[in-house]
Amino acid sequence: MKISFIRRERASRTAMLVAPVAAFACAIVASVVLFTLLGKAPGQALYSLLLEPFLTWYNFSEVLLKMAPLLLIAQGLAIGFRANVFNIGAEGQLIIGAIAASALPVWYPQGDSAFMLPAMLLMGAGAGMAWAGIAALFRTRFNANEILVTLMLSLIAAQVLNYLLLGPWKDPHGFNFPQSVMFPDAALLPILLPGTRVNISLLFALIASVLASILMRHRFAGFQLLVGGLAPRAARYAGFSEARAIWVSLLLGGLAAGLAGAAEVAGPLGQLQRSVSTGYGYSAIIVAYLGGLNPWGIVISAFVMSVIYIGGDNAMVSADLPIAAVWVFQGLLLCFYLAGLTFIRHRVSFIRKAKP
Amino acid sequence: MNAVDFILAGMLAAATPMLLAALGEMVVERSGVLNLGLEGMMALGAALGFITTYTYQSHALGFLAAGLGGAALSLVFALIVLGFVANQVAAGLAIGILGTGLSALFGKSFESLTISGLPKMALPLLSDLPVVAALFVQDVVVWLTIALALSIWAVMNHSKLGLIIRAVGENPHAARAIGFRVLPIRCAAIAFGGALAGIAGAYASTVYTPLWADGMIAGRGWIALALVVFGTWQTGRVVFGAFLFGALSLGELTTQAAGVNIPSQLLACVPYIVTILMLAVISSNRRRMRLNTIASLGQPFEK
Repeated sequence: MKISFIRRERASRTAMLVAPVAAFACAIVASVVLFTLLGKAPGQALYSLLLEPFLTWYNFSEVLLKMAPLLLIAQGLAIGFRANVFNIGAEGQLIIGAIAASALPVWYPQGDSAFMLPAMLLMGAGAGMAWAGIAALFRTRFNANEILVTLMLSLIAAQVLNYLLLGPWKDPHGFNFPQSVMFPDAALLPILLPGTRVNISLLFALIASVLASILMRHRFAGFQLLVGGLAPRAARYAGFSEARAIWVSLLLGGLAAGLAGAAEVAGPLGQLQRSVSTGYGYSAIIVAYLGGLNPWGIVISAFVMSVIYIGGDNAMVSADLPIAAVWVFQGLLLCFYLAGLTFIRHRVSFIRKAKP
Repeated sequence: MNAVDFILAGMLAAATPMLLAALGEMVVERSGVLNLGLEGMMALGAALGFITTYTYQSHALGFLAAGLGGAALSLVFALIVLGFVANQVAAGLAIGILGTGLSALFGKSFESLTISGLPKMALPLLSDLPVVAALFVQDVVVWLTIALALSIWAVMNHSKLGLIIRAVGENPHAARAIGFRVLPIRCAAIAFGGALAGIAGAYASTVYTPLWADGMIAGRGWIALALVVFGTWQTGRVVFGAFLFGALSLGELTTQAAGVNIPSQLLACVPYIVTILMLAVISSNRRRMRLNTIASLGQPFEK
């Protein structure tokens, strides 16, 4: 018997909705097998990973806290991915955003101006944009692949962060830990849900989602961007440019990531730390794809990914799993989802070979 | 030991992990497939290589396990992009994240253990030369890697197999029309690239710096990907680029030894900055890029 994929006449809506759910189920099965092979208790691991985040209000609020940066960055990245501009350096743009936002409270640790916080957010977003802009400049001016340039810029950003925290920005009273001074109250984001750590950055992320969906709805701008990235030659004939698609994609992606970085240091961290990002920039890539590059799909996938993040933290303690297990799960999830996507545009056909 | 001797002695070993991975990726890309998961496959190879070498006290077994692990992970990639015709960029990123996660998961209990590296072998006659003698005292894997580069050059440019792989990469539909099976050939190329990436990781974790630490590949998989572009998919240029980066990555140690006071974190950025600049220099020659770029690179093949 021969199994092959046949192209469908039109994309299947059913498959579009089933694919992410099926991928999630498959990723769970595959991780259970893997955890069992590693001698961990799979039941306990799954309980911690998927259920515990919903069992207490505190845990659930932590999910919402994680969701803010993931959602914000993923919305920014998806704009580029839709136009085939692959910014995979959101991690670096987040770090640079966090560094730029930290400059004010590090230099004025006693500051109490009402302008401190807005200035920090602006500096963070601007720095993230500038960092991504380097990649846009190299791509449009020198034709240098943006995947590699954004990734290299991330590695550089991580080293700059290390340098600052081990050198000039290290808290002199911090017992030699690689972290900055604690920020003053004027540099902290207001709390959104009283009694939790959820701050107004969740609102930023939701506003970004609305804006992203307006950009997609607003046919012409969205269409120009799409064509500029997908079919540069066709776009040139129609009078819109590939360069503009690249600049817009990278700058918006950098802006979102930089703002997320600023919100991390001005939010739950309250200082600049080495672990300012626990891989948000990379997870956001998965979030964007898993949401089908659709602004509302991304809201759902960002929520699911945050559950896994918080669940992974719990599993570290209760099921003795290293945090790497979360990465494995995320990688598996994206692998299964990409395989599942095929069924949207293809159907399976079984052709029985004729017996001689 | 002066700075020149130091760089000559160390640059080949420093280049070897990047070179092995880049050579494999070059063959994969020549067949028309872009596998961005190098970093993850190298990390998995590094973890498996270290664990096996530590457990069985055999470097050969370590390299074998790493090669098999890298190939196995790359076959998952092959299944997704060839079997399920998925987006190669996204699939490569997924494999990269999966490989990095698996390496950390497996390697967790082997952190901070140590093993011994491999002894250096001096090439007769050449290692007696003045000035450059230090260049010719290297461990066996370095020599094997250079031999492998020569064989890949010979196979790709002067054999029927090389011609078939290139035909599949340049025009898969034409290659299929004259009777070559595109998907099996691409699958074999992907597995070859995965095995080399795994071995490259094992060299980093069992010979170059004989220890396992999470994140130890430190972007070398991505630099290897950039090397393939610098080399415009030509073996000789990829080798040259890798040696250049090998020398550069020693710059950090050399400047410190010379007493120049630059923070080490900033020096560690040098290879990344040079990667960006080189990429710009090579890619800005659009005509040459168009001539050398693999025509079907990254595009899924459907009959």
